Amino acid sequence: MTAITRQEVAHLAKLARLDLTATELDHYAEQLAVILQSVARISEVAADDIPPTSHPVPIENVFRDDIAYPGLDRAEVFAAAPATQDDRFRVPRILDEEQA
Amino acid sequence: MSSVDADLIRQSASVLAAAISEGEVSSLEVTKAHLARIAEVDERVHAFLQVTSEAALAAAELVDEKRRSGAKLGALAGVPIAVKDVLTMRGVPTTCGSKILEGWRPPYDSTVVARLRAADMVILGKTNMDEFAMGSSTEHSAYGPTHNPWDLTRIPGGSGGGSAASLAAFEAPLAIGTDTGGSIRQPAALTGTVGVKPTYGGVSRYGLVALASSLDQAGPCARSVLDAALLHSVIAGHDPRDSTSINAPVPDVVAAANRGDVRGLRIGLVKELGGAGYQVGVLQRFNEAVELLQGLGAEVVEVSCPNFEYALGAYYLILPAEASSNLARFDGMRYGLRAGDDGSNSVEQVMSISREAGFGAEVKRRIMLGTYALSSGYYDAYYGQAQKVRTLITRDFNAAFDKADVLISPTAPTTAFKIGEKVDDPLAMYLNDIATIPVNLAGNCAMSLPVGLAPADGLPVGLQIMAPPMADDRLYLVGSALESALTDKWGHLLIEEVPSL
Amino acid sequence: MSTNHETVPFEEAMTRYEPIIGLEVHVELGTNSKMFCSCSTTFGAAPNTQVCPVCLGLPGSMPVLNRVAVESTIRIGLALNCDIATWCRFARKNYFYPDMPKDYQVSQYDEPLCTNGWLDVTVATDEGPQVVRVEIERVHMEEDTGKLTHAGGATGRIHGADYSLVDYNRAGIPLIEIVTKTVIGTGSLAPAVARAYVTELRDVMRALGVSDVRMEEGSLRCDANLSINKPGEGWGTRSETKNVNSLRSVERAVHSEIERQAAVLDSGGRVIQETRHFQEDTGRSISGRSKEQAEDYRYFPEPDLVPIAPSLAWVEELRATLPEVPSVKRARLQETWGINEFELATLVNAGAVELVEASIAEGVDPAAARKWWTGELLRVANERGVELSELPVTVGQIARVEALIADGSLNDKLARQVFEGVLAGEGDVDLVIAQRGLAVVSDDGALLAAIDEALVAEPDVAEKIKSGKIQAAGAIVGAVMKTTKGQADAAKVRALLLERLGVSE
Repeated sequence: MTAITRQEVAHLAKLARLDLTATELDHYAEQLAVILQSVARISEVAADDIPPTSHPVPIENVFRDDIAYPGLDRAEVFAAAPATQDDRFRVPRILDEEQA
Repeated sequence: MSSVDADLIRQSASVLAAAISEGEVSSLEVTKAHLARIAEVDERVHAFLQVTSEAALAAAELVDEKRRSGAKLGALAGVPIAVKDVLTMRGVPTTCGSKILEGWRPPYDSTVVARLRAADMVILGKTNMDEFAMGSSTEHSAYGPTHNPWDLTRIPGGSGGGSAASLAAFEAPLAIGTDTGGSIRQPAALTGTVGVKPTYGGVSRYGLVALASSLDQAGPCARSVLDAALLHSVIAGHDPRDSTSINAPVPDVVAAANRGDVRGLRIGLVKELGGAGYQVGVLQRFNEAVELLQGLGAEVVEVSCPNFEYALGAYYLILPAEASSNLARFDGMRYGLRAGDDGSNSVEQVMSISREAGFGAEVKRRIMLGTYALSSGYYDAYYGQAQKVRTLITRDFNAAFDKADVLISPTAPTTAFKIGEKVDDPLAMYLNDIATIPVNLAGNCAMSLPVGLAPADGLPVGLQIMAPPMADDRLYLVGSALESALTDKWGHLLIEEVPSL
Repeated sequence: MSTNHETVPFEEAMTRYEPIIGLEVHVELGTNSKMFCSCSTTFGAAPNTQVCPVCLGLPGSMPVLNRVAVESTIRIGLALNCDIATWCRFARKNYFYPDMPKDYQVSQYDEPLCTNGWLDVTVATDEGPQVVRVEIERVHMEEDTGKLTHAGGATGRIHGADYSLVDYNRAGIPLIEIVTKTVIGTGSLAPAVARAYVTELRDVMRALGVSDVRMEEGSLRCDANLSINKPGEGWGTRSETKNVNSLRSVERAVHSEIERQAAVLDSGGRVIQETRHFQEDTGRSISGRSKEQAEDYRYFPEPDLVPIAPSLAWVEELRATLPEVPSVKRARLQETWGINEFELATLVNAGAVELVEASIAEGVDPAAARKWWTGELLRVANERGVELSELPVTVGQIARVEALIADGSLNDKLARQVFEGVLAGEGDVDLVIAQRGLAVVSDDGALLAAIDEALVAEPDVAEKIKSGKIQAAGAIVGAVMKTTKGQADAAKVRALLLERLGVSE
């Protein structure tokens, strides 16, 4: 279960939007296998009837009132934007060439 | 304790605050002294990524003016502080040690920074860290490593190596750190300083750039237990902007630090945190400290937390999983680095190229690991199982706290290692946090304080005190008592033994 | 991109296949502020002016849940007869898309706030109205995404665009997703059931006051899932049609997708699991992305938000605020308006209930209000392919026309011409009357002249009437109406005619 192939690493990289180099793919395939083997020890723990913990402190029902306040100034909104046009964030085309 | 002018940079924050409040010294003088020190030594230490000299001087002058006008000032008014570069500060570059955020100036203050400002403290700048707080050595900073003031060829711990080193190098009397698996405590141990991870939810995470949201917690870094307590009380308390913030009074940590008493307290030695894998010198100083605590009137008992051995595994699934999601937003669309946007690449390609160029090796490694742990088919075996182990670790703590008021262990298994020694050996690096991780998984609180130098290498050793959730005051009660006893023994705080740079 | 235009006519398809539908409706809640931050939700603001660190997903920002959004969701759940969870969490749905500032969407995954409900809808059939119970699987909360505009290229569509522009004003607006269980056994009524369900849902939302449910502004969006199979065989592969932006389109989308899938299966092909986009102009859908390689969303519990645990007391408090259920309300209207189930179903399907109700409130006679909205006006709405409520006719105008009919200034035929003018954008009622010269001829002299002319032209008819066959008067009245171009009051013409001939009824 802890062996991880180069193809799996490539798939993970695609899911995570990382344009890894061939060298990185090999390197991570090796390292992830080692790390996974080590962390997989947790499967030894018999925990079928144990509830999972998602939040370390048991707090419930935290809400805010439905009141609108002004947000950021436009200048602040776009201050760090790599590209803007017509008061909007400009992003590259969505579809790949084969999709388009 | 009056001759503050002798050496402003070596004074404790509490002494500086008193002197400023009494008008014996101005905040401007204190701030200038620290900025001068930074200018003098930081080229070698590299604790800071950004020094905000002008803003610091202006803030100091404002405090001095407020004092002269008779306005009410906070407990640490006019005292300089360094802030880890993972907390947003309006208009000041916040990089998280990453190239992907180079030059990003947040349009808002984190709650911690807002509270420092509200307490009239003077922010000196932003400190170095492992990229997005992933690491235990500060070598994973995209802007180069921080050096340990005890030995500049060694790491200061991580991820908050910058904050810890700034204290040990006398560049700042106080600093803010964040602790996801030990990033406040382990650097404190390795630099002979004090660091506290408060109870999860005790200090607001609003404006703390998330590594692992269910584990992250900001806390105080100082050179003494009392200073840490003073800073703790400034930054802690409920924040409506953080849904996970605890809406309850902050334990009186300052009173506890002033009291410093372990008589009648039951102190639990955690059987699983020590022994094999721990450096001999670390164990030696730890054991001496245990004897000292017994001598002070504490009852020392042994407790067992059998599931702690699975903590590291659970942690290295939960953290990467949450991190893979938290770091998704760094895609080059709204802020931060955008690469490969040549007009022909699609948005998916530009995101991938930007993230590849902007993230360092450790960040990519953990994003991949986390993506794997959450992916369908593996979720139950990895992430799901890790969350169950987390429950078991909390139960171990609960059982242990039935037998003891606080638990103790060495903070880190070794003293500071050489820069470059473990940088591409993730497993060896991960083992640094073996003793600190259980607390993050369970959400309770812990402190690291110095208990001496390891005989073999002359480097600082830290002792970790762990307390139940919202019993942060116990950390200070025990830490302060131990610190006084050690100071009596040595004639000074351990930090006084740091070599001059 | 394959666009298969081959279809099998609906009636024919229904002889061989059974459809199974499932509907996912997204409703934007009408809260003042967004789901997780205090930014305004006002529609139509200048781009990127209603954003803050939280909804822009800036590093370090954290969400805090809007109480009213939760309360609205619980109220929706109660109105749809759902169970309300006693404990549930948000989850992160992880995928990269530039309209999503955090590159994950905060949503509910395996712990929705409301589950297991139902909604009864009525559809008109040849055998009279039929009630179909649509079961609700879940109602959950999520945050909306920003709005993309595709630029460059020829069409302004995503295909062929050179780049896109993003406005994050919409990002973080509270969105409720209501998912039905699969609806089986509706046969050829499937398109009508789909439409009736969305209509009913819209009415429920409107009655609750939780959303303005305007399909044209996107505050109510519908995705229609459909598969077909031969009787007795296993379920087919389903497609998901998006971009269904009006009630009418809901019906058309299901209708045309049945025709398309039938053609695929008839030709020996197989339906692929995919997302399709409905095209308003053609009434058909085009293929979007294939779902063959399912996205891996890597859901996990959102650590930045704490669980929601509605107490029984809170839920009951909210239950007490529920308005009259639309179906109960309709029973009441049936009673007060004196109409049967079928007539009501016609009103509901036409989306005319509120309009008729409002017209009556303006003083219009119930029968007249129904006549206008489900007659002439509905015909025009269908012709134009819009909702009744989108026509440029107001209830005030209906009231004005009815008043003019009552005082004899207009007759039915002239009234139609008035609305024709109003619908053509010629102005308000009185302006149209003035400009078109639409007034009832009430000058007795002119009418008598026309009557005499008609009697001369039809001497036989005149004799018949005189001899007591009064029903023959219709022919003369008709002739008079013709010569006066309809601008006469027929009853008055008849009275004058009988008087002229010395006959009494």
